[in-house]
Amino acid sequence: PTSDDTPEVLNRALSNLSSRWKNWWVRGILTLAMITFFFIIIYLGPMVLMTIVMCVQIKCFHEIITIGYNVYHSYDLPWFRTLSWYFLLCANYFFYGETVTDYFFTLVQREEPLRILSKYHRFISFALYLTGFCMFVLSLVKKHYRLQFYMFGWTHVTLLIVVTQSHLIIHNLFEGMIWFIVPISCVICNDIMAYMFGFFFGRTPLIKLSPKKTWEGFIGGFFATVLFGLLLSYVMSGYRCFTCPVEFNNDTNSFTVDCEPSELFQLQEYNIPLVLQSVVGWKTVRMYPFQIHSIALSTFASLIGPFGGFFASGFKRAFKIKDFANTIPGHGGIMDRFDCQYLMATFVNVYIASFIRGPNPSKLIQQFLTLRPDQQLHIFNTLKAHLVDKGVL
Amino acid sequence: EAELEEGLVGLDLRNDSDVPDVPPATDNTPEILKPALSGLSARWQNWWLRGILTLAMIAGFFLIISLGSFMLMLLVLSIQVKCYHEIITIGYRVYHSYDLPWFRSLSWYFLLCVNYFFYGETVADYFATFVQRREQLQFLIRYHRFISFALYLAGFCMFVLSLVKRHYRLQFYMFAWTHVTLLITVTQSHLVIQNLFEGMIWFLVPISSVICNDITAYIFGFFFGRTPLIKLSPKKTWEGFIGGFFSTVIFGFVFAYFLAQHQYFVCPVEYNSDSNRFVTECEASELFQMTTYSVPPVLQAVLGWEVVSLYPFQLHSVALSTFASLIGPFGGFFASGFKRAFKIKDFADTIPGHGGIMDRFDCQYLMATFVHVYITSFIRGPNPSKLLKQLLILQPEQQLSVYRTLRSHLVEKGILQPSLRG
Repeated sequence: PTSDDTPEVLNRALSNLSSRWKNWWVRGILTLAMITFFFIIIYLGPMVLMTIVMCVQIKCFHEIITIGYNVYHSYDLPWFRTLSWYFLLCANYFFYGETVTDYFFTLVQREEPLRILSKYHRFISFALYLTGFCMFVLSLVKKHYRLQFYMFGWTHVTLLIVVTQSHLIIHNLFEGMIWFIVPISCVICNDIMAYMFGFFFGRTPLIKLSPKKTWEGFIGGFFATVLFGLLLSYVMSGYRCFTCPVEFNNDTNSFTVDCEPSELFQLQEYNIPLVLQSVVGWKTVRMYPFQIHSIALSTFASLIGPFGGFFASGFKRAFKIKDFANTIPGHGGIMDRFDCQYLMATFVNVYIASFIRGPNPSKLIQQFLTLRPDQQLHIFNTLKAHLVDKGVL
Repeated sequence: EAELEEGLVGLDLRNDSDVPDVPPATDNTPEILKPALSGLSARWQNWWLRGILTLAMIAGFFLIISLGSFMLMLLVLSIQVKCYHEIITIGYRVYHSYDLPWFRSLSWYFLLCVNYFFYGETVADYFATFVQRREQLQFLIRYHRFISFALYLAGFCMFVLSLVKRHYRLQFYMFAWTHVTLLITVTQSHLVIQNLFEGMIWFLVPISSVICNDITAYIFGFFFGRTPLIKLSPKKTWEGFIGGFFSTVIFGFVFAYFLAQHQYFVCPVEYNSDSNRFVTECEASELFQMTTYSVPPVLQAVLGWEVVSLYPFQLHSVALSTFASLIGPFGGFFASGFKRAFKIKDFADTIPGHGGIMDRFDCQYLMATFVHVYITSFIRGPNPSKLLKQLLILQPEQQLSVYRTLRSHLVEKGILQPSLRG
């Protein structure tokens, strides 16, 4: 059972309450503290956000790896701690290299060492990974083989979960802060709303894995989150600092969020379907198209997001741990707060790539210019035939 | 089950002594060979068996090559499925989890999802013109990532819903085992296919180099072997390692020379929409045209020549053979460590005398990734078909502006003659 790790300052304030209410207050206060912290970071801008995402990622990785150590009593395995951190570094180097090259293209092209690093980026990342792989093989010790392979597998699965998703979050962030804020807020809102609906109206258990979750909480949370998403999107779509893609300005050497708002963020008239007209009483409504997308995001956050939470619950039961760690009093570890976010990050990224943004035309032109003349001609002719076909040309 | 769960928790995993030994392999020499080999002693019998099957596999390999790229793709796919099956079966045995509810279906489902995702990405690239003509395929291609993700999510949710009390840990282990196996076998088999599409030579030379290294290291070790190489594989020796390295580099060099002369091996595989077949016909790129190199003065004294005619590809083959000889074996050591960790002698008993398919392919995995990274870093620029595919899904206004930019560029370079039409 966890020791009481309520911070001293709160202990005195809460000393008269019974322990159940005390726990509730600690959770409440820390929830508000985290939300406030979230707003402050948003205010500070994309660079700080990126750094925070990076820190959260490292902490989550550390938490999961520590659990592995505890499960396998493998804290003293030779090399293993070094190797885990090394693989984390390699994976981050690979991903940051890919994103940095895209977003800082002109900066990278100007500086000679960066240009070489970016040109042979995949080769360098692969070489770094291979070094780690060979170190692993050389570190295999008789009588510890199985443990070492388990930890190797554990590290790789953790990297797959933690590092790839944190980079997808950063991709989403660069698309526009709204694509970062709305999904995360929806997941948080769903968490809180489902808890409240469950607290007041909860009766039918949802899944054996998490006995505290109820159908009433699930459904109530769903509707509340969709509404919340619509409202939050409406408020945020009006501000350019949220809707514009984050770009790196070469002249000022800083991030800028300034652009013509895309049509997603311009108010449009929609006809209300006849069914709803009688209910709502309006014939048309003015909305941002983004709000329609926010419904998709909130729906995912409420219906599928919880599966991430069930997965984490199952994981904790499988390895007989109550929380991932004791970082946040009353809440557990960082992973406990972020378990539902992971599926959400991937979903938003796939959603954007599939439905919102197409490929970047200027990037395509750049790639075109590096091809051979016969390849260029072939592509040009195919494009021409396609345009003629479609009647555009 | 309760004992099993308790047993896992209380298991002293500090050393491997708890793992039960697997019973020794039964003799699975095929019936036909038995009468022919009955006269020899058991040791020689094993040696002959291995030899015959090695030749059989090499002959089979050449046969498939002559049948063309499509057959090769199918072969790679079958090998991938078999390797996956072998590793998953080991997982079942290790965890006694053959009867876990749903798990077998889920493993195969995830294999299907990942293959769908990867094939969709590659097929869309190479069959761009074929796909453009059919509406349903266009829809599948445009939303490919979303569809793949939805399929994967369905599997993930099924997994969560299938979690059963008292089996949680086992199920999570098998889930992780499945994912790591997918990472190893499926991604690499797709890299092999991408290398294949670059030109059959990029498929043949690396694989042959690994096989050659295996065989020559064994032979050098057999005749000259004295100093052990690594505790993990006591049969490997430094003499075998170094001898194998030099032989493989020479082999790769010579083999590349022969292959580089034929268009069949050198040209990228393309799908011809008119004839509905794969074709390998092209202008040989400069990599495969004889170039004269000056021999550095150091070697001039040794060799006696001042210049030498080589294919540039042969220089690349040196890099490939070096990797196959120096780093490839680490893949083999990894597999040996894995087999010792889980106390199995071979991955499976598919090939008599050799073990399972994984046993033959363990060194190939690192090689496939290396060749792919090598090609993308040093040889080939962006993939034209992929570029075309991305151009075709832009908005019409964007396509028009791109079209105008490209036209002005091509006219400027003199590649396109300016026409009188607009």
